[in-house]
Amino acid sequence: MIDKKWIGHAFPSSTLTLERGRLQFFARAIGETDPVYTDVAAAQSAGYADLPAPPTFIFGIELESGASDQLLQTLGIPLKKLLHGEQGFTFHQPACAGDTVTVQPRITEIYDKKGGALEFVVKLSEARNQRGELVAEMRTVLVCRHA
Amino acid sequence: MSKDFSALRVGDELPNLVLPPVNRTTLALFAGASGDYNPIHIDLDFARQSGLSDVFAHGMLGMAWLCRLLTQWAPQQQLRKVDVRFGGITHLGNIISCRGKVIELNDLAGEPCARVEVTSVNQFGQIKIAGEAWIALA
Repeated sequence: MIDKKWIGHAFPSSTLTLERGRLQFFARAIGETDPVYTDVAAAQSAGYADLPAPPTFIFGIELESGASDQLLQTLGIPLKKLLHGEQGFTFHQPACAGDTVTVQPRITEIYDKKGGALEFVVKLSEARNQRGELVAEMRTVLVCRHA
Repeated sequence: MSKDFSALRVGDELPNLVLPPVNRTTLALFAGASGDYNPIHIDLDFARQSGLSDVFAHGMLGMAWLCRLLTQWAPQQQLRKVDVRFGGITHLGNIISCRGKVIELNDLAGEPCARVEVTSVNQFGQIKIAGEAWIALA
């Protein structure tokens, strides 16, 4: 069982500076065809400071840093049992190439269903830019499946 | 540059977004680009050791496609909120269609918005992701 003492616990933050090439790579990987995401001039004429990060890009910041792996290890959830149950984003302002985004996670709920066969962890992460302004809030429901 | 929503009605459907069949290259590129290096999506040996017959798509790839559905309809600056539930694994060879429908016109935090139901289904009609988004009307 996942220890409920982690409810309310804040885990280490992750920081990533958004580079144009990386955002273009992400856009390509998701098949994005809108030039706003790959052409700086198109982005600027659409009102962005630079290439905008597509909406879900910031989700990966905690994965890439290794913070998510550490969190799973701390909670005792093996990758083989992990499922992504739900995901939510509340957007406050776009993050663009050149911005440095810091993501701060906190566990808000831990519960189980089916007599403990399924355990759920709810994580809320705040993403802020280099000025400390809120970019987005992310809500993740992780599921640990005991087959 | 904001979209003109003056004629928008509940029940209006967004133009569908249909993706090419999921293949291993797509998953490898998404792993690298997104920062999600979980081997369950890219390493067949790991998938088999985990009791699966093959790798499967990242849930967040499907969510990225749903957000493409939304941002091809209205600029990202108008996207306020997206919440989804992952309903089933997306397998290699699945052809995903992303669909959206306006289900409510209402305020979110005092701002007029369209609430859009979004779904991601494969070619067999199986729902992979379902949820909703809020898009500001101006």
